[in-house]
Amino acid sequence: MSTLTRFSAIPYTGPAPTNRNPYVPADVATIDARGAEIAARAGVALEQETGLDLPAFIVAKEAIVPTLRALRDHTEFQFDLPLDLFGVDYPGREQRFDVVYQLYSVKNNERIRLKVRVGETESVPTSVDVYRAFDWFEREVFDMYGVRFEGHPNLRRILTHEMFQGHALRKDYDPAQRWLLSEQGVAKLKPKIDPRFEVEHSDFERVTLNLGPSHPAMHGTLRCAVTLEGETIVGADQEIGYLHRCFEKMSETHTYQQVIPFTDRLNYCSAVINNVGYCMTVEKLLGVAAPERAQHVRLMLSEFYRIADHIVCIGTNLVDLGALTNFWYLFQPREEIIALAESCSGARLLPTYLRIGGLAVDVPADFLSNSQRIVNMLPKYIDEVEALVMKNRIFRDRTEGVGAITKEDALNFGFTGPCLRAAGVPFDVRKASPYLGYETYDWDVPYAEGGDTYARFLVRFEEMRQSIRILQQAIDRGLPSGPVIVDNPYVALPPKEKVYNEMESLIYHFKLIMHGIQPPVGEAYFQVEGGNGEVGFYIVSDGTKNPYRVRVRPPCFPIFEAYGHMIMGQTIPDAIATLGSLNIIAGELDH
Amino acid sequence: MNPWMTYLIWPLIKFSIAFIAVQALVAAMNWIERRLLGFFQARLGPNRVGPWGLGQIIADPIKFLLKEDFVPARAEKVAYYLGPILPLLPSFIVFCLIPFGPPPTFAVTNNINVGLLLIFALTSTAVYGIILGGWASNNKFSLMGGLRSAAQMVSYEVPLGLSIVGVLMLTQSLELEEIVRYQEMNSWNVFPQLVACFIFIVAMNAENNRTPFDLPEAESELVAGFHTEYSAMKFAFYMLGEYSLMIVNSCLAVTLFFGGWSLGMGGIGFTTEVMQKMGWVGGLIGTGIFVTKMMLFLFMYIWFRATFPRFRFDQLMDLGWKFLIPLALANIFVTGIVLLAFPSRLYGDTVIAVGEIMLTVIGMIVIALTLVLLFKPKRPKVINASRVSEA
Amino acid sequence: MANYSVLLVAALVVLSVPILTLFIIVPLVSAYRANKVKLEPYECGVPATSLAFDHRFSVRYFLIAVLFIIFDVETVFLFPWAIRFKQLGWFGAVEMAIFLAILLIGYFYAWKRKVLSWV
Repeated sequence: MSTLTRFSAIPYTGPAPTNRNPYVPADVATIDARGAEIAARAGVALEQETGLDLPAFIVAKEAIVPTLRALRDHTEFQFDLPLDLFGVDYPGREQRFDVVYQLYSVKNNERIRLKVRVGETESVPTSVDVYRAFDWFEREVFDMYGVRFEGHPNLRRILTHEMFQGHALRKDYDPAQRWLLSEQGVAKLKPKIDPRFEVEHSDFERVTLNLGPSHPAMHGTLRCAVTLEGETIVGADQEIGYLHRCFEKMSETHTYQQVIPFTDRLNYCSAVINNVGYCMTVEKLLGVAAPERAQHVRLMLSEFYRIADHIVCIGTNLVDLGALTNFWYLFQPREEIIALAESCSGARLLPTYLRIGGLAVDVPADFLSNSQRIVNMLPKYIDEVEALVMKNRIFRDRTEGVGAITKEDALNFGFTGPCLRAAGVPFDVRKASPYLGYETYDWDVPYAEGGDTYARFLVRFEEMRQSIRILQQAIDRGLPSGPVIVDNPYVALPPKEKVYNEMESLIYHFKLIMHGIQPPVGEAYFQVEGGNGEVGFYIVSDGTKNPYRVRVRPPCFPIFEAYGHMIMGQTIPDAIATLGSLNIIAGELDH
Repeated sequence: MNPWMTYLIWPLIKFSIAFIAVQALVAAMNWIERRLLGFFQARLGPNRVGPWGLGQIIADPIKFLLKEDFVPARAEKVAYYLGPILPLLPSFIVFCLIPFGPPPTFAVTNNINVGLLLIFALTSTAVYGIILGGWASNNKFSLMGGLRSAAQMVSYEVPLGLSIVGVLMLTQSLELEEIVRYQEMNSWNVFPQLVACFIFIVAMNAENNRTPFDLPEAESELVAGFHTEYSAMKFAFYMLGEYSLMIVNSCLAVTLFFGGWSLGMGGIGFTTEVMQKMGWVGGLIGTGIFVTKMMLFLFMYIWFRATFPRFRFDQLMDLGWKFLIPLALANIFVTGIVLLAFPSRLYGDTVIAVGEIMLTVIGMIVIALTLVLLFKPKRPKVINASRVSEA
Repeated sequence: MANYSVLLVAALVVLSVPILTLFIIVPLVSAYRANKVKLEPYECGVPATSLAFDHRFSVRYFLIAVLFIIFDVETVFLFPWAIRFKQLGWFGAVEMAIFLAILLIGYFYAWKRKVLSWV
């Protein structure tokens, strides 16, 4: 172990004692009842864990694959969408790791959580055969915790590099260590040839080509090695982690409030949505809710940033297709949106505007009128770009049937968001489990058939229109009056004039700055609809000022995992067109 | 006259002037393109160096000159150097042959009786530079770009050549001056040869590797295509060659289809005779007219670039081989039959070119049909679901 | 008489510019700080899996080239016919139609054999 610099070694001291009650969700009885129902009728042995925010079960590691299969194929429950798989480390325990599976049923609109407990030397059977999405998720758990998955086809590091030693998310890993990657250590990817293209003899010699990490169309730093036969892709292997910034590890060493800027940088195209997701997860743990005014602003900014996210996606995708103009043209309304965020928070791309319990500051007086101006200008831009490209024969030839994925595959790969809706599944978190009052607005979930690049364009264009609808209604309702942050001295800083004038407020201010927010012991998962799909945060609190574990479910991660599958048998230009339409944001993908 | 003067000194002077003028135009084109793209794309474009960013015209070459100029270690050195130099030769020599203005003033050389053939022979060699450069770089992206460009330029050479046959059938000459004279006495070829003009414009865009046919250098796919490994001045020479070929092709389109330097049809209007009576002023005006028309074509190149997405390679080959070539052949057939079956007739005192008029009508119908075909019925639009399944 | 000498003169003028620039001016004025990594072939920032010289590329390019030669020769034959088209009249037209028909048979054969479709 070479430790180059050592300045912030943080040894783990175990869960701190807390004088507050553990976190229990409000509707715990209903959740537990539903959990018992599932356990009784699933047809497999499930040991229920009660008192959590989702129906949760503990599964023996030998039984996990049959259990997952049974839950997926169950006619009644049909948990067909694998949401997330991650680990949690409890070093004090005999079997120190929890491997957590989260599944979603589109049919019943419900989520469950399965936990498998493993010790340091044990391994878990791989569930790749049940859910293809878990291929990369299992690699990530292996990378971060060293939990081995038996039978996994390609169990190697995914977010960290080949010369990295140790497992970063283990509690006893010293984060001050530095690992250098030399040129020899860069993975030489040998893409696996798709079975459809395995032939004895071919007219063409097969060539392996690296697309990325430094390639004009690989937005962010993605890498995809493709094997070409002529110009047809017969094998592809994606490599990620070039933008890995240990978001999850960093969160463990910062206070809850300090994590907010990190979440901005996950999906940097729609930063506010990530803020909303994180803050609402912590609020869920704390049992507080942001005031109405703050919720209203959160919703409006979320929708504005969703539009901005789609604008970036459509614009850059069109640049990849060679249609340059739309990119700059669409950036005009985006600039207005960013300027709106700037007027609120002072920062542009990554506003860090939210705080746990509300907003950092109140919105400026002209917030609504500015919003109205943007909402008025947006349709013109969207319509014009749509008119320019969607009927264009070249564009349609380039996108129709390109990068197509079937509904079943999309679900099995864990797609969410526009990409899943383009494949024909109208799943949108805002409708499925509304937050911020989305249920009170009149809007539609657009979805399309086909699952190809063209369908993804259609869905994104239509989603922007729906966001405009929501925004118009939000503007018409006006901003609710009242404070923008909860009046709770354990969560929100008291206003400055009080701090200067009142003893008590000063003490609260001091306490909150020095000791941070301390949510009760427990775990919570909360999801919002991000630009690319479900952005979920899973937080384990041990009652101290630092989160014990923060897990983000990046929607890009499973989508980019399916990328190789989607481009198989197509050409490089198709691969580029497909990649753009998936809207892979490297910051989110690599955490 | 002294043969040295006739055969060396005068050509040298005339060509040097043309050469410098074209180079200046290329440099200006770069600026114009960037400004225009800025305009199309609702942004500013270069506006810092000098008034309206005009200093960019000089700043760019200086930058190219000072940039690091290296040869990749594993490249094939000789071919690597030949790559950018070769395309310069044909693309500039061709300017000797193009009549910029009414005779006798402004053509570099005398009227060459196989002018058109020579121009095609020369311009089609431009592809060698791209292939050589792409192969010699020893880079897979370059190689793919080079090969693509070879296949593409070769494929579009055929419709380009075939589209001109229709023009020749009307004008009965390969001399560019004769072609212009014919047009001002009858009508601009764009009317009776509308289809040929359409094919020519599409094919010349493809020949120049311009959007939507810019696959050899498709930035988002092949990084920079054949010039991935080229830097500094060698890259600049590729650009120079490409832009001057754009100018050559624009000149050709003007000469073949849009009446060259003249501004008249059917013997009336601002024709060569009128210009020649005005002496050198007329010559200047003629050249001005020619350059204006040419600039419109250059503008069209930029306009296309700002509008269209890029083709995929197989679609591009399909367009060339399965659409443009049959169309060009059909154009030849139809032109031949109509011209032979309906020769010009005398009605009273006026000659009516019945065949030409019929061709114009047919051409318009064909183009209209093509455009309709391009907008096939759309597939069903996006579906809106107001409620998703709720538990 | 046409003055073809100008082409030679022009070729010399054109050639002199890049040669002068690349081999005399550029070495004098431009920066040169190459190193081993910079001189490697570019493959998106990772060590190249293989070099272009290691590979033989698709045969399709060859077929296209052959087809091109056929059609370009055809075009060259069409040119002289076209400029004497009016004198030759119907006789020339029919003859050319027969010539084109023979080529068209080959063209449609190639089309049927999927030589013209790329992927």
